[in-house]
Amino acid sequence: MKLLLKGARVIDPAQKIDSLTDILIQDGRIADLGKDIIKTDKAKSSTDIKLINLTGMIVTPGLIDMHTHLREPGFEYKETIASGCAAAVAGGFTSIACMPNTDPVNDNRSITEFIRRKAAEANMANVYPIGAISIGSKGSQLTEFWDLKDAGIIALSDDGRPVMDAALMRRALEYAHSLGLPVIQHCEDINLSAGGCMNEGYYSTILGLRGIPSIAEEAIIARDILIAEYTHTSVHIAHVSTAGSLRLIREAKKRNLKITAETAPHYFTLTDELLQGYDTNFKVNPPLRNAQDVAAIREGLMDGTIDAIACDHAPHARTDKEVEFEYAQNGISGLDTSLGLSFTLVNEGVLTLEKLVEKMSTNPARILNLPKGTLAPGSDADITVIDPQLKWTVDVKDFQSRGKNSPFNGRQCLGKAVMTIVGGEIKYAGASLKS
Amino acid sequence: MKLNKKDLLGIKDISVEEINFILETADSFLEISTREIKKVPTLRGKTIINLFYEASTRTRTSFEIAAKRLSADTINISASTSSVAKGETLIDTARNLEAMNPDIIVIRHSAAGAPHLLASQVKQSIINAGDGAHEHPTQALLDMMTIKEKKGKINGLKIAIIGDIAHSRVARSNIYGLTKMGAQITVAGPATMLPRDIEQMGIKVYDKMQEAITGADVIMMLRIQLEREKQNIFPSLREYSQRFCLNRGNIALAKKDVIVMHPGPINRGVEISPDIADDLTQSVILDQVNKGVAVRMALLFLLAGGHE
Repeated sequence: MKLLLKGARVIDPAQKIDSLTDILIQDGRIADLGKDIIKTDKAKSSTDIKLINLTGMIVTPGLIDMHTHLREPGFEYKETIASGCAAAVAGGFTSIACMPNTDPVNDNRSITEFIRRKAAEANMANVYPIGAISIGSKGSQLTEFWDLKDAGIIALSDDGRPVMDAALMRRALEYAHSLGLPVIQHCEDINLSAGGCMNEGYYSTILGLRGIPSIAEEAIIARDILIAEYTHTSVHIAHVSTAGSLRLIREAKKRNLKITAETAPHYFTLTDELLQGYDTNFKVNPPLRNAQDVAAIREGLMDGTIDAIACDHAPHARTDKEVEFEYAQNGISGLDTSLGLSFTLVNEGVLTLEKLVEKMSTNPARILNLPKGTLAPGSDADITVIDPQLKWTVDVKDFQSRGKNSPFNGRQCLGKAVMTIVGGEIKYAGASLKS
Repeated sequence: MKLNKKDLLGIKDISVEEINFILETADSFLEISTREIKKVPTLRGKTIINLFYEASTRTRTSFEIAAKRLSADTINISASTSSVAKGETLIDTARNLEAMNPDIIVIRHSAAGAPHLLASQVKQSIINAGDGAHEHPTQALLDMMTIKEKKGKINGLKIAIIGDIAHSRVARSNIYGLTKMGAQITVAGPATMLPRDIEQMGIKVYDKMQEAITGADVIMMLRIQLEREKQNIFPSLREYSQRFCLNRGNIALAKKDVIVMHPGPINRGVEISPDIADDLTQSVILDQVNKGVAVRMALLFLLAGGHE
């Protein structure tokens, strides 16, 4: 059975396409692209072709979230690979990369293989495991990068337990570079952030909560830029949240260093002022920063300092969040809302549609060396269909993710994924496109 | 007038009118504690739970005496560890207490915001008896009552708060309350004990004690937690007391009729020299404790609906 997507505005920055174009999908791949490749009458009468009319819709290469936590193995009560993948496709994501902070940590072949097998069983989104840099992410001994790569990891990171030992980080960058594996760093000096549970500033002062200073993030970014420069390697900076971080990355890019960066929707949407009710759904690491930081993140998205938007999907159970603020776990369940929140940037004129697609598909594919992020004929038919006019309200009860921990509950959004196609198969269809 | 509030969680959320109303009500309760029979039937049949997750002698005793003088039944629950370590969540504890139909729950907790969590979960009135480094509203109210009595007003006074501002819930509640009432606040402490952006609370910040207390009508000394030394917040108690202890030498910079306050318990010779602490022409530390009972009686009365 062939699929014919007709009448949509197709945006594929990799091919510099932004036009009303039809797409023909066959055997899981993009077979053809063009205006009226098959006439509507002919398609309708053919028993071999399923015609989907997408007039008024936007079609993009399948969105890729390069920073998620699927919690399995070990924390299935928060999320499983299957529930995380269901949330991904419902949110418009055809591919996700998952962090290694499971229990046990993804620091060896058997865990990587387990994740891939579970993902294949779920048969929803493509799942790309990220392996740990150090054994147990404890920061002392390197994992077997080659073996992990053979098993299927596409990048390395110690995620929320950042590599504090600069010598170990140097070795990791050098060794990973020789294998062509990207290294992702969660930048946080854990001595500077110790005990902190929100951004340090006026609001942490009046709330009496221990603050995490912006320099905790910036100090490690500066250090890792220096290490990458010295060793002629590259590093990807996860979830950038401060104006100072932007300044460092912008300057590094100006000097043509191989630094890439991502941010998450909450860092361009929310500020630390919102923590005043001690609502633990706003507790996340790095913490929500102040209004100047949010403005800087938006500027960084606009000028290209930030390459990618990744939601840092961190699902938690109620028991992890319904406690005193300082005891609550960090994180926001993001896959169900990431596109809606990011689409706001288009509605507000911060990003063009093309730039948004770059940051949510083209660039993540490039940074992680994935054969994804384009609709060029011959590529995997991973496609996201967005209705730019669809008004919707975030309701955590509708989340496919097990994690209902979202500070965005009740928020109005304009623009939503209405169909997600992975490898030529429709994995998600919104109400308007069901049948 | 009545206090249109379910809870008292912080001074930040109450108005000048409400503060004055609470203080006036407290004034009317002062006399009860001087009677031979120190008990009135006002809150007979009401139940008040003191839920203390942090050690406290003064505040807990003060709440208990206040409740008993109004004939309420009081239950004290001391949890030496946090709710997390105990295994039962704060919300579950609260729901269990709620099921026994108390009228007011007074909570002290080491985690900022714990009273807010409680207030959002149960229908009873919650009084914050100190939450982490956030607020200690009854302390600020009794401090305001003391200042009003000694100085006749709060508006226009210069009030210096000295010491570990960063970790002090007393400082925050007093800054909110006293600035609302029209006082001019200065604070001083080692730079490591001045929290970031504190000046945005509308106060003047100094790192030398002398600058902060010059011309002051009131000096409020804060308690130094002795364990801060180990956390490298300051090098040593010895050095701290040389720079930030109120003594005969530096108190001369304040107004002649300055009053000296301290939320207690005091570390003699660290924050305040013994001769000043014991000089009843200046030190009002025990007046504060005395007012504490009246303020808490007023709050229990107003929140338990004793005015109806």
